[in-house]
Amino acid sequence: MASQGTSTSTSIWSKHQIFEKHSYWLMLGILVMISIGGLVEIAPLFYLKSTIEKVEGMRPYTPLELAGRNIYVREGCYNCHSQMIRPLRDEVERYGHYSLAAESMYDRPFQWGSKRTGPDLARVGGKYSDLWHLEHLNNPRAVVPASIMPSYPWLAQTRLNAKHIAEDLRVQQILGVPYTDEMIEKAQQDLKTQATSDADDADGLQKRYPKAQVRDFDANPGTITEADALIAYLQMLGTLVDFKLYDNKANVR
Amino acid sequence: MSTIQDPIQAPAKSMRFGEMAALVGFSAFAFLSIIIAAKAYTPEYAFHAYLFAAASIASVFAIGNRYMNRPAGAVPQFIDGKPNYNFDVVKVGTIFAVVWGIAGFLVGVIAALQLAFPMFNFDLPWISFGRLRPLHTSAVIFAFGGNVLIATSFYVVQRTSRARLAGDIAPWFVILGYNFFIVIAGTGYLLGITQSKEYAEPEWYSDLFLTVVWVTYFLVFLVTVLKRTEPHIYVANWFYFAFIITIAVLHLGNNATIPISLFSPKSYIVWSGVQDAMFQWWYGHNAVGFFLTAGFLALMYYFIPKRADRPVYSYRLSIVHFWALIFIYIWAGPHHLHYTALPDWAQTLGMTFSVILWMPSWGGMINGLMTLSGAWDKLRTDPVIRMMVVAVAFYGMSTFEGPMMSVKAVNSLSHYTEWTIGHVHSGALGWVAYISFGAIYCLVPWLWHKREMYSMKAVSWHFWVSTLGIVLYISSMWVAGILQGLMWRAYTKLGFLEYSFIETVEAMHPLYVIRAAGGILFLAGALIMAWNVWKTITMPEAAAEPKLALAPAE
Repeated sequence: MASQGTSTSTSIWSKHQIFEKHSYWLMLGILVMISIGGLVEIAPLFYLKSTIEKVEGMRPYTPLELAGRNIYVREGCYNCHSQMIRPLRDEVERYGHYSLAAESMYDRPFQWGSKRTGPDLARVGGKYSDLWHLEHLNNPRAVVPASIMPSYPWLAQTRLNAKHIAEDLRVQQILGVPYTDEMIEKAQQDLKTQATSDADDADGLQKRYPKAQVRDFDANPGTITEADALIAYLQMLGTLVDFKLYDNKANVR
Repeated sequence: MSTIQDPIQAPAKSMRFGEMAALVGFSAFAFLSIIIAAKAYTPEYAFHAYLFAAASIASVFAIGNRYMNRPAGAVPQFIDGKPNYNFDVVKVGTIFAVVWGIAGFLVGVIAALQLAFPMFNFDLPWISFGRLRPLHTSAVIFAFGGNVLIATSFYVVQRTSRARLAGDIAPWFVILGYNFFIVIAGTGYLLGITQSKEYAEPEWYSDLFLTVVWVTYFLVFLVTVLKRTEPHIYVANWFYFAFIITIAVLHLGNNATIPISLFSPKSYIVWSGVQDAMFQWWYGHNAVGFFLTAGFLALMYYFIPKRADRPVYSYRLSIVHFWALIFIYIWAGPHHLHYTALPDWAQTLGMTFSVILWMPSWGGMINGLMTLSGAWDKLRTDPVIRMMVVAVAFYGMSTFEGPMMSVKAVNSLSHYTEWTIGHVHSGALGWVAYISFGAIYCLVPWLWHKREMYSMKAVSWHFWVSTLGIVLYISSMWVAGILQGLMWRAYTKLGFLEYSFIETVEAMHPLYVIRAAGGILFLAGALIMAWNVWKTITMPEAAAEPKLALAPAE
């Protein structure tokens, strides 16, 4: 068809025939063209120090928080809730300090989201009580009548399956998350400790994971449920960095 | 299809290397799957392992059975000097596309209803919105769109290369393996198996399987091009090449994960935080660029000239816009991350290239539309052409809207809102689905040896019903998105935020209802198509004649 439109003239267009007659040249051309943009935009993010500033307070997730985060991922919460506050006046007033790159440095995968059918959750930690979250997960319309969020009644009724949580930590350690061998060894125990009010090893846990909140989150002390894990995760979101101490000029060069 | 064998003189039948390798491979994989199923950490994963085992065993039987029934000797590449095309895989892919299309649109309607009326979640884990939304996006993009792309690419590459599709079992592995991947991915979402990366939600084992299928797809396509008896590689095939190669690169980059165990569906991604976000939207935007754009531009470059019986408008424009499009698209990803914690320089680059991208996109649009020059009357007489031309017009519209939304000032309003959803659907419904419907309406009569579709009137009905649906959908989402964005940033005279978040949710309700209505109309249009396709395939050829005489009403 039209690809045969030009004659064998020596115009620059005839040079293009190398791509039209040799599939390997065509593939090579495509590979070169699609590589440049990606390399320029992605590679520097791994070595430019300014990409992720150093911020006091960031630590890896506790085993219970991680299990909760995995439930957040499983249920697809990110489809409606972002975790990325932009530095715009209304967002900062509505949700709190704009999100820092460092605040998601241990997020695998990231949960910034792309849609706010519901509100941003980057700093939801501590804004509502555990019981509010429990009620809200069971039936959002019980606490927010106009809510369109689905109900998640099964979370509080399902025992948390975290038999293999130490393996989760181990893989993250391999990937460079600063989990110590001690943390991995005590993962199972830490998970139970954090979901128990007045637990024996609460001090040890909080030493390993500063600011970890230790209590029974779902008003059901007998069982560690999926609601325990998810609420523990929600209650820690955005609470690690102390913005009274945070100096936003410290990294400006 | 094959030459007739004289049973006495026929050479002794022996197994081909491919058949042998496939038998051994599938047997081993069935065995491995059963072991994984037995030791799986979760019942959901065990279910998937059993599915893999069952599919492998079915493959062993199918290959064995095929061997027993096939004649000895190689499949002839040419019969009477004409290429012996392999269109059976294309037929299967076309039917899969229609079926998945209906399924994907239906799930979309349910998801839309859930947002308008939350009781449609039925308090069930498997169909709650968070699990259904990825099912919808994957079903329409990868199941519907993917089958359209694979089926048409296998058709177009054979026709434009004048060569039989490469491989014997390989093309079947591509089309059936790809659809098996869809089943694994889709059931996984419903069961809660997801890695939460948008449009790349399937977990590590589905990703690995897809990689094998995709490499096979690439090889089948490449070798067919290498076998061509035409000197030139036709322009549609450049786009198919760009689509296949780039999707492979994106898939590998964005799914670099380590599973916590062979027996667990769970994995963790190698990238974290900012880098992961950048990888995700490098992938996410170029899934749009290379799956939903380059791939479907290939359809435009084959089916519009064919149907209109006109040459492509400009050969030079196709060269310029092809290279410019694939070079620039790759840069556009960061516009999904404006004002986030991604460094500013990357955001600015993303915005700049997104705006530049407007030009090659419109280059493609002009090349498609102007192909009609000298044949504009067909817009009136041929509803299939009308569908494809409107598709290109929608392509032009959404490739203007996209660069506009990527400007940071606009994005500060539009990001996180329904405007994005409206934008995506003007591209997905208007462009991708319409060019696909047009291609299906061309392909079905060609493949099943009918002169034309069973009912051109039904094609026209499909067009108008779904166009009304699209208009309702995108206009309601524009209004919803801009309203939402303005309400979020509204201040009272005293300097307080004017609306609580829930008030902005309440304001969406009527628009969500209109959107759902638009979706239902679009689904209704697709059902008309499915009926028409079914009737075309099953009609006796003779019955088509009188209908055809009536069809192009002057």
